[in-house]
Amino acid sequence: MLHITELRHGEVQALHLCESCAQDYLNPSQAAKSASTADSGAAGDASELEELDQKVCPNCGISFKEFRAQGRLGCPHDYVVFADELMKLLENIHGETTHVGKVPKRSPQASQLQFQLIKLRNELRSSVEEERYEDAARIRDSIRELEESRSRSDTPAATSESE
Amino acid sequence: MDLESLTRTSGEWLKATGPDSDIVMSSRIRLARNLAQFSFPSRADEVARREIEELLRSQIAKKPAGRELTYISVSALSQIDRQMLVERQLISREHSENQGQRGVGISDEENVSIMVNEEDHLRIQVLRSGFALEDCWKEIDAIDDAIEADRTYAFSDRLGYLTSCPTNCGTGIRVSVLLHLPALVHTKEIQKVFQALQKINLAVRGLYGEGSQAMGDFYQISNQVTLGKSEEYLIRTIQDVVPNIVAYERRTRQALVSESRRELHDQVSRAFGILKTARTISSEETMDLLSSVRLGINLGLIEGLEIPTINELFIHTQPAHLQKIRHEKLETVDRNVARADYIRQRLNEQN
Repeated sequence: MLHITELRHGEVQALHLCESCAQDYLNPSQAAKSASTADSGAAGDASELEELDQKVCPNCGISFKEFRAQGRLGCPHDYVVFADELMKLLENIHGETTHVGKVPKRSPQASQLQFQLIKLRNELRSSVEEERYEDAARIRDSIRELEESRSRSDTPAATSESE
Repeated sequence: MDLESLTRTSGEWLKATGPDSDIVMSSRIRLARNLAQFSFPSRADEVARREIEELLRSQIAKKPAGRELTYISVSALSQIDRQMLVERQLISREHSENQGQRGVGISDEENVSIMVNEEDHLRIQVLRSGFALEDCWKEIDAIDDAIEADRTYAFSDRLGYLTSCPTNCGTGIRVSVLLHLPALVHTKEIQKVFQALQKINLAVRGLYGEGSQAMGDFYQISNQVTLGKSEEYLIRTIQDVVPNIVAYERRTRQALVSESRRELHDQVSRAFGILKTARTISSEETMDLLSSVRLGINLGLIEGLEIPTINELFIHTQPAHLQKIRHEKLETVDRNVARADYIRQRLNEQN
């Protein structure tokens, strides 16, 4: 099974093909045929795509066209430069566009906490969906604890004068 | 570690010591990471590649999470040596075939390897014998933390770890298990397994990962999605599905034994017979016959032979290993003779 992600006229298409269908699909004459079908009456889309293809990352110099041809980005900054197009692509590949996993320990504590909460809420959702209620209760307690510690750190400490 | 001695040893993950290792050959987790201040390897010039390698090589030398690793400059190796590392699952085919400054840190037991300047600056991999994803995760998480304590990774609040290919961003994790499923292949039930795995977004590949053929009835199952799910969730998805496949393979083996023991016994014995006596044998035939013998040992139909020996033969009968053993470059015809010689020698010294 091959998973092909096509970017055409700014639209993302996912194709899931067996090996032999994929061979047919990737065959140039076949590709030309499908492209010409798709291009008919889509001149506006084509010029939009052309414009996007010209876009270049000022940091590494890769153009969007080069990325489309190679399937590899040039540097971390490309995720900012080509953000709009990549979001569509990421949604298509992963079905999601927000990270909920591990976070480098060197990132600021506030965002560490934020990530922890996003991750726990996701886990809570899937534990309820999977009817793992004991896990859900445990996760709910952890969320409450984290939220309390966050509100404590947001509140200035009471001074002895006010007491 | 020196490459010459590798032909006389095998990685710890082949020793069949882990849980369910009769069916789960190995568990593997890899993480893709990049340094924030550099272009990705495919776009970095040679000066930058050297600098990246120097930085990461010094990290590897610091024994991350207490792991002692030997650093090998892949760019300085011959094609056969590079191919041998691919056959042992220590580097990817892409890493072997790439151009430019690149390397790999390998632990003596061969259960940790850290590729530098592959598709991403860092590809950390941890392998274990049998079904042991928890162990893999604990170790790889600690190694990742140790490197990240000194280096700033390319990371975005929204998209997580940023990778050269958008298909890896987010967690950058690939969780996989290598399963030996001869009974399901024999009864063609394997198609049902594929369909079920596809529905839950898991990929099925051959022994050498992406783009490789399933040889010797080995199938590698791994996650496809890396963004929007936590590492623990992705590991759990594989952890939940593997016991079902293992149970299915075991039931199918038992059914084969009870319904057609004589035919099965004959098939595995013939496979063993050919391997012990053949004078020339291709890689494909070797994989098929070794698969039958492995099944025969696990079902008690072949005695006096150990599973680790068979596991090792799957790897040591690959082209680059044979040429290293013979200390010469061999064409296909000569390799087939060398392969048959090597197998006869190994199996007859066992019995």
